[in-house]
Amino acid sequence: MSTPTGAFTPNPGAAPLSRQVLAQAAMESKLMLRNGEQLLLAVVIPVIVLIGGVQGAQHLGISFSRRPVDVFAPGVLALAVMSTAFASLAIATGFERRYGVIKRLGSSPLPRSGLLLGKVGALLLVEALQILVISLVALAMGWEPHPSLLAALLSILLGTAAFASLGLFVAGVLRAEATLAAANLVYLLLLAGGAVVLPSSAYGAFGELTRLLPSGALGDALRHAFWSGGFQWGSLLVLLVWAMLGAALTARTFKWE
Amino acid sequence: MRPERRRRDPPTYTEPVPDSPAPAVQIDGLVMRYGDKVAVDGLSLAVGRQTITAVLGPNGAGKTTTLETCEGYRKPQQGRVRVLGLDPQRRRRDLLPRIGVMLQDGGAWSGVRAMEMLRHIARLHAHPLDVDLLGERLGLGDCGRTPYRRLSGGQQQRLKLAMAVVGRPELIFVDEPTAGMDPAARRTTWGLLQEMRNDGVTVVLTTHHMDEAERLADQIHIIDRGRMIASGTPLELTRGGTSTIRLVVTKPFPPGAPELLQESLGHRLDVRTISEVSLLITGPADSTTLATVSAWCERHGVLPESLHLGQRNLEDVFLELTGRELTGRELAGRELTGRELAT
Repeated sequence: MSTPTGAFTPNPGAAPLSRQVLAQAAMESKLMLRNGEQLLLAVVIPVIVLIGGVQGAQHLGISFSRRPVDVFAPGVLALAVMSTAFASLAIATGFERRYGVIKRLGSSPLPRSGLLLGKVGALLLVEALQILVISLVALAMGWEPHPSLLAALLSILLGTAAFASLGLFVAGVLRAEATLAAANLVYLLLLAGGAVVLPSSAYGAFGELTRLLPSGALGDALRHAFWSGGFQWGSLLVLLVWAMLGAALTARTFKWE
Repeated sequence: MRPERRRRDPPTYTEPVPDSPAPAVQIDGLVMRYGDKVAVDGLSLAVGRQTITAVLGPNGAGKTTTLETCEGYRKPQQGRVRVLGLDPQRRRRDLLPRIGVMLQDGGAWSGVRAMEMLRHIARLHAHPLDVDLLGERLGLGDCGRTPYRRLSGGQQQRLKLAMAVVGRPELIFVDEPTAGMDPAARRTTWGLLQEMRNDGVTVVLTTHHMDEAERLADQIHIIDRGRMIASGTPLELTRGGTSTIRLVVTKPFPPGAPELLQESLGHRLDVRTISEVSLLITGPADSTTLATVSAWCERHGVLPESLHLGQRNLEDVFLELTGRELTGRELAGRELTGRELAT
């Protein structure tokens, strides 16, 4: 009861948009990193896939054109991008709709474009942390990358755009529980058969098809970038098309409430 | 006739100049439907600035739909809505920073901590209130680090109220602000809303608690089935100090009996039949009135199941106007007995 008289005298106004977007990005990334299941999806599973894949390839004597760790590391980075930009984003957004968070923010000064930018900011921040952790583990396992950094960055940005727009599409048309199930299922299917961790050349005749999936395209683009090959334009084009398709579908179907 | 004049002054453009003392809320002939169901049926009302206005009505009366139209969530299907003189659809971005909103359901991440959520909303505003002071004022100090999903219903309500207030709005819309609160928290909330009004904020709240509306509001609008059925200050609506007698009997009144009761009671009292087993007598009642009613029951062979004498309140107003209880129940014989006797 210590609030002085006149404390509520109106003095309304929106914070500058940049400050609102930063606040939203900070809030969303904090919540993402605090959530155990999301963290499992974001960091633990990729690291397990990296270690398991390299060990498995050595024990089973599977031969690649390169050392297993050089094959797996870029693929696992692609997997990490997919898990955050697609699965985590879809699930988080699905539950935000369910809990009325998006509705409530809809009557705050934060415009929808600001909310979207905040989400992108949170995604990029979480991805940066994932890339840091996975790269350190991979380097400790003897990874010797020869990266074209610009190509890697462009691949990650386009991959994020493609997966995030598809994730928002799923979250916009399904209920929260269905989004949770669908996002995890798609994530697992793409992990197993989407040429994200293993190169599409490892999938035989099916490999040609996986090049057209966002997972295969991102995996191939990143492998190419880290094998000093520079830009894999075909894969980048596939990602761009998926991003545009996802954005168009989301724009048509997404309901904020 | 004069097309050039019309072109210069199109009928759709009706924004008032910014400095004009537009009412805080002006609704004219609002109609909202969900499929076949009419939620709001030609509602008109005005809310003066720096007042507390209660929109009172049973569940499903159209209160939330009306509020959400003012908040820009829904587009009016018919009619016109202006909030602080602005169209909540077209001028949404100008309007939203100036209003505070408390939704009935949800509104926070399940894993967000109470004070973290409040701080986040504060950061979206230019000149927010001191978050810690506000949290303390609303009793959120003890649960500031508790995730939203683990807050009690009352704590969630208090947090949502704080979120509506923290941006220092000119006008707040609070939907059922005290639902799920204990009596102490309700009084804190009432105190806060009154203080806000005194500091110059306009408060629009919905409730289905008549005592809340009666104690708190400067102006009450009673709506039922999407229509305004009464409007006024609490004193005007209850005609302060008027007595009422509610009579419920065990079997239907014989034909013509209520009219005979009206004759025996005289013109100073008003007898209104609510159902075939209940009626409401309004006016200056005394022991003679009660004796007259008893004698009338005896003469017509009906047995009073309950006879309730009280001050006319909003509940009675609603009952007179609709024949139903504010809580949505039909007033009929046995259902009410226990409660009426207990009162």
